[in-house]
Amino acid sequence: MSKVLMKGNEAIGEAAIRAGCLNYFAYPITPQSEVAEYLAHRMPEAGGVFLQGESEVAVSYMIFGAAGCGAIVFTTSSSPGISLMSEAISYIAGAQCPAVFVNIVRGGPGLGGIQPSQADYLQATKGGGHGDYRLLVMAPASVQEAVEMVMMAFPLAEKYRNPVMILGDGLIGQMMEPVDFPENLKTEPTNKDDWASNGMDTRGANSPNIVKSLFLDNKLLNDNNMALKAKYDRMKKEEVRYDTYNLDADYEMLIVSFGTMSRVNRTAIDNLKEEGLEVAMIRPMTLFPFPEEAIRQASLKENCKAVLSIEMNMGQMVEDVERSVQGKVPVKWYGTCGGDVPTPEEIMNFIKEQK
Amino acid sequence: MAKTFMKPEALSDQHTHYCPGCTHGVIHRLIAEVIDELGIRGRSVGIAPVGCAVLAYNYFTFDFQEAAHGRAPAMATGIKRVRPDLMVFTYQGDGDLASIGMGEIVHAANRGEKFVSIFVNNAVYGMTGGQMAPTTMPGQRTTTSPFGRNVEDSGMPIKVAELLSSLQTPGYITRQTVLKPKYIVKAKKAIKKAFTYQLEGRCFSMVEVVSTCPTNWGLTPHEAIQWAEDTLLSYYELGDYKVPE
Ligand SMILES: Cc1ncc(C[n+]2csc(CCOP(=O)(O)OP(=O)(O)O)c2C)c(N)n1
Ligand code: SF4
Repeated sequence: MSKVLMKGNEAIGEAAIRAGCLNYFAYPITPQSEVAEYLAHRMPEAGGVFLQGESEVAVSYMIFGAAGCGAIVFTTSSSPGISLMSEAISYIAGAQCPAVFVNIVRGGPGLGGIQPSQADYLQATKGGGHGDYRLLVMAPASVQEAVEMVMMAFPLAEKYRNPVMILGDGLIGQMMEPVDFPENLKTEPTNKDDWASNGMDTRGANSPNIVKSLFLDNKLLNDNNMALKAKYDRMKKEEVRYDTYNLDADYEMLIVSFGTMSRVNRTAIDNLKEEGLEVAMIRPMTLFPFPEEAIRQASLKENCKAVLSIEMNMGQMVEDVERSVQGKVPVKWYGTCGGDVPTPEEIMNFIKEQK
Repeated sequence: MAKTFMKPEALSDQHTHYCPGCTHGVIHRLIAEVIDELGIRGRSVGIAPVGCAVLAYNYFTFDFQEAAHGRAPAMATGIKRVRPDLMVFTYQGDGDLASIGMGEIVHAANRGEKFVSIFVNNAVYGMTGGQMAPTTMPGQRTTTSPFGRNVEDSGMPIKVAELLSSLQTPGYITRQTVLKPKYIVKAKKAIKKAFTYQLEGRCFSMVEVVSTCPTNWGLTPHEAIQWAEDTLLSYYELGDYKVPE
């Protein structure tokens, strides 16, 4: 298909439809309301379900109900809305239902600001809700990648029967870029007859399916959570995705950076190269599972003196980077947390100061 | 010998975990009878609340989902929107529906979602040990209103049927009880009507059922029925509050 110029938020809505997801529930919040505005006309046109719920709390349980009866379903929101959805995300993970949540992150805490931010890294990767669960989290760095990750999210959610989160930021949602919608990322419906409450007649059964997260018996709860753990361990083996930049060079510094922030770093890396300083970058595309091994290997390169975690937050990823580097070289942080994206010059100055 | 009375097919063979004199079991049976009579067991999905009925799915023989506290109407909305052919109902207590879940029930009713809510009003939080509910009567002692509900700081008990019937969207809103056989017959008719409206795709229905919680009221089952009839029914008046045109 030929490329079309689209705003990130609208492309995300279209990507879901192209992936085969025809069920969307949402509540407006800047900077992602355009997804709902786009799907308010596009979903009915595609023969799907669009509903604006009364709150993110309600929306997240609409998602749970729909996913529980076997539907392919998604919602989009931004940080404060995702906080409200986190209760349901915990229930959905506990009950092992597939669902896709897109977070177009804005600044926090509290109402924070509406400018781009990556301040929900910890919430997304360590669990915003209660209990023993993880989300598979992907972070796009362009509108095209947002499209592809949204389309990949549905089959991954089905594969693991677990919520998948796309962690974008206000810039990804608001900017326009040329995109095409890959034909090969359509979600094939899976058979959910062994667990979904899709109605006994639907599956020709005479015994009920119960979608639940309550296990009052200690052993049963332990069994359920161990089954969750096995899934998360499998994700760590099979789903790690990352991108590299200038990794073949004889670099002195290694940047770890994701999403919008990584784009600025590329410019900084190119400019520094001209000045004679080699810097490489690893860009986690999955934040959970985290590309620990790739970062560790890259940090071991002969001349690598430091690993720099560059983020649009207070350094929420630093612990994961340190965990990956395992103390071989120092890990430093640079970033902003007010909504301004650091400029290439600021990044370059920071890197030079580390020499 | 011909069987003249038996357990509905929609009800399972389980020992009850409900307390002696609790009316949850009676209401379960009425729902099961209605589902049998309408022949919709194979396409029914119940939503269990958080409350004493959290394990409701143990007593029925069709699909169930278990909600978080108060969120059953949102879950039912999700199911009904993506699978309008399924027969969906929520089963909720007064803490669940009238306190933490007030937003969800009002908006589901106002959107005219085509499912049924069975609202079990026993004027107290049962499962957590008898704390005050939004439906607790003035002066009623509970573990969190040890001197009796003080309406000066807790307001008056919420009349959910009246509140929902003030919405302009058409719906079926009724208040029933199961305290005595004569009431049970009527309550069943109301539940059947509600499910029939859903079958016809007509409207949202809420059947409030004034119930008992002898355990947390500190009364015997017999006294509990007497107290409910005397005290609750004079405040929570029975009858249809709204019927679809
Ligand atoms: C978010 C959340 N808050 C509080 C609770 C604790 N809790 C469990 S049941 C319940 C009250 C249930 O009372 P009601 O809805 O009246 O039902 P009943 O037990 O009387 O049938 C509460 C507060 C919970 N499970 N989840
Ligand atoms: S605590 Fe009350 S509501 Fe719960 S089962 Fe016992 S009597 Fe019924």
